[in-house]
Amino acid sequence: MKTFEYIRAKSVSAAVAASVAPGAAYLAAGTNLLDLMKGGAARPDRLIDITHIPGLDRIERLPDGGLHIGALVRNADLARHSDLLQAYPAVAEALLSGASGQLRNMATVGGNLLQRTRCSYFYDVASACNKREPGSGCDARHGENRLHAILGWSESCIATHPSDFCVPLVAFDAIVEIEGDKGKREIPLEDFYRLPGDAPEQETALAPGEMIVALRVPGASAAFFKHERYLKVRERTSYAFAVVSAAAALQLEDGVIRQARLALGGVAAKPWRARAAEETLAGAQPSEANYRRAAEAALANAKASGDNAFKIELARRIVARALTLASAGTPEHLPALPASPFSSNIGSAP
Amino acid sequence: MPFSITLTVNGEKRNIELDDPRVTLLDLLRERLDLTGAKKGCDRGQCGACTILADGKRINSCLALALSYDGAELLTIEGVAQRDSLHPVQAAFIAHDGFQCGFCTPGQIMSAIGLIQEGQAGDDPERIREGMSGNLCRCGAYAGITEAVLEAQKILVEKNQRDAA
Repeated sequence: MKTFEYIRAKSVSAAVAASVAPGAAYLAAGTNLLDLMKGGAARPDRLIDITHIPGLDRIERLPDGGLHIGALVRNADLARHSDLLQAYPAVAEALLSGASGQLRNMATVGGNLLQRTRCSYFYDVASACNKREPGSGCDARHGENRLHAILGWSESCIATHPSDFCVPLVAFDAIVEIEGDKGKREIPLEDFYRLPGDAPEQETALAPGEMIVALRVPGASAAFFKHERYLKVRERTSYAFAVVSAAAALQLEDGVIRQARLALGGVAAKPWRARAAEETLAGAQPSEANYRRAAEAALANAKASGDNAFKIELARRIVARALTLASAGTPEHLPALPASPFSSNIGSAP
Repeated sequence: MPFSITLTVNGEKRNIELDDPRVTLLDLLRERLDLTGAKKGCDRGQCGACTILADGKRINSCLALALSYDGAELLTIEGVAQRDSLHPVQAAFIAHDGFQCGFCTPGQIMSAIGLIQEGQAGDDPERIREGMSGNLCRCGAYAGITEAVLEAQKILVEKNQRDAA
């Protein structure tokens, strides 16, 4: 690991001020950053430790019924928080389907949003990667790419965003609160991420030195709490990233879907909100045929980026099944294997 | 530039001078404090052999920058037994053959202690397996590990009830 200058920030403004130096990076738990640094894929000159800044680890209920979640709240603490379980149970299920007990105790909300792709070519410094080294090429494009993107990819990058947490969050219109040297601003999580285009190294809307200070989930999105699920297919039942995942949420009224929310994970460089699919469901009957139609709409623009055409049909089936599970109702307790299609109480396939 | 941090390690307060900012808690424990119970398996947060408790919570010490944990209380496998009396989780691992070669065992035991304290698994073996999925065992002693965690949890819950009564 390349050595670095270590700075411990005591306030957000001190952290932001310290980050103007070129090569500076914020350190929260470090569960992804230290891993990247050990392999040489990240080589910061200066680490600004933000974990000692007071006040960023709170979860607060907002007047509109939504939640304000500090950037340093640990994943495990958030997943078990009664307000989250009550208002946004699919977010808790997504959190608990990711990583391991140890990592969830460490990993923070802000860090989860900013974790990097697990594309193995991005990690391997001997490989060409436009994200790690702009202009060097993309060895994934014609390499081992069965787990890569099927939506929104470009010739310069086919990596996926690895977060589970962010998938229901984009479905629920979460907002990212940011602080930088020009003051505070906020941006919807959906717009926070950029598609690769010809600049895959620019992953987010953060300007240099800007820091995520909190996440906000609007109260209006708590209206789905009775009918929402996160479903995740992975190559082993626990402690693995999604091959494909989906967050599905329904508002049912008199046997009709009043409103639907749908987002996919593991399919693109960002958590993928499927608005066209949501529109097909508004006013529709909750039925297998309608869920399959929504799934077709969600994947209408999907295209294999390599040996991953199977992910397109897999995603359709996961979408339809997540919608079926959501319409059956949010389980009273999270299943033993969160988000797993193999969980004993996950319900049957459509 | 040297760095000075304070850690409480297995109940003992230690003032530690670090000459390098890159040291992880795992390297600090093993290479500088002679506590080699926590193991370096993958060193990338994937195997769980380095699991310790920090401020009561199980973490991967290989992904924890020591400087960032200034002021923390650490518990390692060396600190769980009371003199000659094994921790109930240690005893249960022996009783149920929760290991073969033993390399992953300190991490497994620390992870099990953390999991039981988290109080989320109940007596459901599926929840125990899910809760222990961050600890790999290449000998494949998983069945014994699950049995051991179930029994240790039962003993600890009963002990807590007795202590509370």
